[in-house]
Amino acid sequence: MDLAAAELVIADWIDAQGDERDQLLPLLHHLQREIGYIDDAAIPFIAAAFNLSRADVHGVLTFYHDFRRKPAGRHIVKLCRAESCQARGGAAIEAAASRRLGVAMGETRRDGQISLEPVYCLGLCAIGPNALVDGRPVARIDAAMLDTIAAEVAV
Amino acid sequence: MTRVFISRDMASVALGADAVARAFADAGCEVVRTGSRGLFNVEPLVEVESAEGRIGYGPVTAGDVTAILGGSHPNRIGDVGALPFFAAQQRFTFARCGIVDPLSLADYAAHGGWTGLDIARLAEPQAVVDTVKASGLRGRGGAGFPTGIKWQTVLDAPGGPKYIVCNADEGDSGTFADRMLMEGDPFCLIEGMAIAAHAVRAGHGYIYIRSEYAFAVETMRKAIELSAARIAPFTLEVRVGAGAYVCGEETALLDSIEGKRGQVRAKPPLPALSGLFGRPTVINNVLSLAAVPFILSAGAEAYADVGFGRSRGTMPVQLAGNVKNGGLFEVGFGITLGELVNDVGGGTASGRPVRAVQVGGPLGAYFPPSMFDLPFDYEAFTQAGGLIGHAGITVFDDSVDMAHMARFAMEFCAAESCGKCTPCRIGSTRGVEIMDRIIAARIPEPAPPTARTGTLEKALYSRSPDRIEVSPGAQTALLRDLCDTMKYGSLCALGGFTPYPVLSALDHFPEDFGAPAPIAQAAE
Repeated sequence: MDLAAAELVIADWIDAQGDERDQLLPLLHHLQREIGYIDDAAIPFIAAAFNLSRADVHGVLTFYHDFRRKPAGRHIVKLCRAESCQARGGAAIEAAASRRLGVAMGETRRDGQISLEPVYCLGLCAIGPNALVDGRPVARIDAAMLDTIAAEVAV
Repeated sequence: MTRVFISRDMASVALGADAVARAFADAGCEVVRTGSRGLFNVEPLVEVESAEGRIGYGPVTAGDVTAILGGSHPNRIGDVGALPFFAAQQRFTFARCGIVDPLSLADYAAHGGWTGLDIARLAEPQAVVDTVKASGLRGRGGAGFPTGIKWQTVLDAPGGPKYIVCNADEGDSGTFADRMLMEGDPFCLIEGMAIAAHAVRAGHGYIYIRSEYAFAVETMRKAIELSAARIAPFTLEVRVGAGAYVCGEETALLDSIEGKRGQVRAKPPLPALSGLFGRPTVINNVLSLAAVPFILSAGAEAYADVGFGRSRGTMPVQLAGNVKNGGLFEVGFGITLGELVNDVGGGTASGRPVRAVQVGGPLGAYFPPSMFDLPFDYEAFTQAGGLIGHAGITVFDDSVDMAHMARFAMEFCAAESCGKCTPCRIGSTRGVEIMDRIIAARIPEPAPPTARTGTLEKALYSRSPDRIEVSPGAQTALLRDLCDTMKYGSLCALGGFTPYPVLSALDHFPEDFGAPAPIAQAAE
């Protein structure tokens, strides 16, 4: 991670939004959007900016599933594992997606091309199984659609 | 130029609405992007404006433009509102959703928007609180606490500033009403929050939306910007969650807005007295707040006239999972579960028999078809050992393995527990282990050639795995004991309600847990 860039992002955010503690989550979202993930090495800068302890920032960072502490793949597929998708064959699609994309659930493929992540409900519960492919919602996933997704994330 | 209406709702986009909208724009049509009507097997839906009103076609693809504009497309629906799915509804909260352009202030005003706020602002705060009390509105997030009484507590609370917080962390699987409303009629929620602010003398509000709902976040932010002058001096902002299910619990949500780990607070003090930043706070679900403009404009009686027992007004029920007519069905309380699943929902999408429905998300009970005469009502569901929750109904066909669903409930609780209290943090993990043993014991294994347990007797739980008594009967007894501890010992509904899906699966579908099927069901 480019620490200098992260420091700059943090300083700009504090300048614009202030250093009240309730800006911590918005900053973490912003930092992840800009840099891609939040390296543990950035924690001291964030802690100093908000006048919090490093342990406190670490606690918040690790509590929320959304925040990444390692770089993700170039493409991110978030596949729903919740009940409504399970009711529509989600478990079989999860296994098939894992095979088709060559990456286990919750992992990033070794070549850094794809991360396959679980998500618990996208609110598309009558048209499952669902996923977000790089943020784009897709519904009624079947074998054919897995092929389309695989082709999309191969580039 | 022909005007066509196409939904921009996340579900419609997931089914290809964007490509359809582009195709119509390329064909020279004026495309208005609306919210979703709420019936997903006709999505992507396009409605063409004509002299006889809007003519609907669906589902359609981008290649169908010529056939639709020529009126010859086979999936012609005609007046969408006349479909039985819509004609049977009582849309109070979702009256505009799917019809108006969500970000058009003119559309909102033309369809009755802002009248509730104007009426409220002419009245004293106490009068507004009294109206909400008289409507009988109860918390639509799941707990069913009377909204008016909550507002009264905040109004009477000393000190300020006071806050209005909207809980839009709709994490329950099988629910999507909050998302649809925020994407399809965001001004309705804003108006409801502005009314709440007037009623309790609050100046600022937060809408906490889960990060999975990127479309809703974007629409709400734009809508807040557009309506800022209309709701002034009240101000609003959106805060985005970060993937923690437990932040849907109100006190965890408040901690999350404050920039902390989303851990549950012990109550008391109530958030109404000491909520966000330690100040008096109204925290309500999206659907509770969005019901308020109707109550103010049409009157408390018009709302309270609909309903069943102590459950007044309407509930936007969400039909999800393996269901033929999945979607949003707003209706007065009292309709039976069977009517919702079979008559409205049309049974399963797979065409196989319904085996179970889960009502109220991951913390809701599983019901068999033999209980389909249950009326949709807070008290009736509590009595039957379940809960309405956020009114999501997830339908499963006969291929479902209920022991796996019980295991998933425990697994989900283990993944999402905030860790503050022991019954939830540790109990859920122990629950997964017990379910694994029950699932393994369903397939009888040949007895090991030599019994090696020595002089020690088998126990329900032990650090030595081979000392554990793994028969389904013993493990089921242990599961019930664990669920009792979680139910009565947890700090919030996550640990406290996880036993609902587990025990209801065990009670209604014992055959999946290695026990004989109940006689009542076998006789059916």
